Amino acid sequence: MTGLSNEELRRYARQTILPNVGLDGQRRLKAARVLLVGAGGLGSPAALYLAAAGVGTLGLVDFDVVDASNLHRQILHGTAAVGTPKLDSARARLADVNPHVTLELHETRLTSANALEILRGYDVVVDGTDNFATRYLVNDACVMLGLPNVHGAIFQFEGQASVFCTADGPCYRCLFPEPPPPGLVPSCAEGGVLGVLPGLVGTIQATETLKLLLGLGDSLAGRLLLVDTLGMAFRTVKVPRDPACRACGTREITTLVDYDAYCGTPAPAPDGSAAALELTPRELAARLDAGAPLDLVDVREPHEWAEGRLAGARLVPLGTLDAAMDTFDPSREIVVYCRSGMRSANAARRLREAGFHVSSLAGGILRWEDELG
Amino acid sequence: MTLTVLLPRALYPYARGSGALRVDDACLTVGDALSVVGRRWPGVVDRVMTERGEVREHVNIFVGDESIRFAEGLDTRVTDGDTIMIVAAVSGG
Repeated sequence: MTGLSNEELRRYARQTILPNVGLDGQRRLKAARVLLVGAGGLGSPAALYLAAAGVGTLGLVDFDVVDASNLHRQILHGTAAVGTPKLDSARARLADVNPHVTLELHETRLTSANALEILRGYDVVVDGTDNFATRYLVNDACVMLGLPNVHGAIFQFEGQASVFCTADGPCYRCLFPEPPPPGLVPSCAEGGVLGVLPGLVGTIQATETLKLLLGLGDSLAGRLLLVDTLGMAFRTVKVPRDPACRACGTREITTLVDYDAYCGTPAPAPDGSAAALELTPRELAARLDAGAPLDLVDVREPHEWAEGRLAGARLVPLGTLDAAMDTFDPSREIVVYCRSGMRSANAARRLREAGFHVSSLAGGILRWEDELG
Repeated sequence: MTLTVLLPRALYPYARGSGALRVDDACLTVGDALSVVGRRWPGVVDRVMTERGEVREHVNIFVGDESIRFAEGLDTRVTDGDTIMIVAAVSGG
């Protein structure tokens, strides 16, 4: 079994004297491999505590760069890291917290093409993603691979946590069979989030992960924990395994699906039709320079618009898009953009369905600033 | 009879900022209670039910700690003093 050095014995002394942990439990943690999907609000506290506890190998999946608006909750990253890859600041912070932890960094977006390959080989997956598309991808991949999925999700002042995909327990689709339709559920970028909330929920995820690895206590499998910070109330409800669940019950879902981010419809097949809906920042800049007759529409929220926008754009927050449809000129081309290209892809699809000639700025303002700023 | 319907925060704006709705009408089932809520707060029920009157797939309704999906659905019986809790999926991380 994995050995512990004298330094490690001193470091973990308060943990190894715990009943039911001991040196055997600590060695079990050192031998464990945990994958955190997302190094943001939930992933930050979860990764910090799992590293501190001595989980031997931590994998992190994230492709984003640190934004100043992340700092009030994503405690892996500091002010100096703004503009740099999240995995760089995560690596530095976690290595300082515990140099005995092996870090495996996957700087990529989780997709149907790479999810099984990335998740395979880990013992537990911690879902700290920020969109429904990746949550369903993580769930379905965990069902296929038989990996426990330690779930956390947050919105404004409320959070949810559970453990899915254990041997006898339910999966995420047993609770929520399909993602919500486009525009029905606001994201944190639209609705905001109390900075400490992911701290609460992420540490619950870390706790559940350690319990699974150590075989301790009663896990949240079969229960959903609801955290209400304003009422400071914690409620649990029962989540039975659903024999009719298409993922873990009937096993109808046999391949992974890429949902459009923030919405409940599968993305178009990569036959060129989807690609034609996107413009790169350079393509857009060239067309603007050439005086192309197009209407630029910003689908972010007013507070994001106030911080900066593309010249000549008009603000139509995604939630107000349907009401604003009549105000667009169907004879002109529309280019929609948002922060990272997710909301604008949603808007572009809806505008296209309504008959408009529309493109979405790939990668949003973040990529625009990266490439042209 | 009195029932309490607890809303997820994303639905507060559709109930004038309230997260706990009191239903004093006589109701036999969860569906009855939602009809009462829908008359007063249509924006809430629009986001819980589809146009066909089914509970949306990203929403769960609990009576106490039991999901109605694993009971009698909207026909699940309620009694005086019950709390009906609406839980919607959230995606933030």
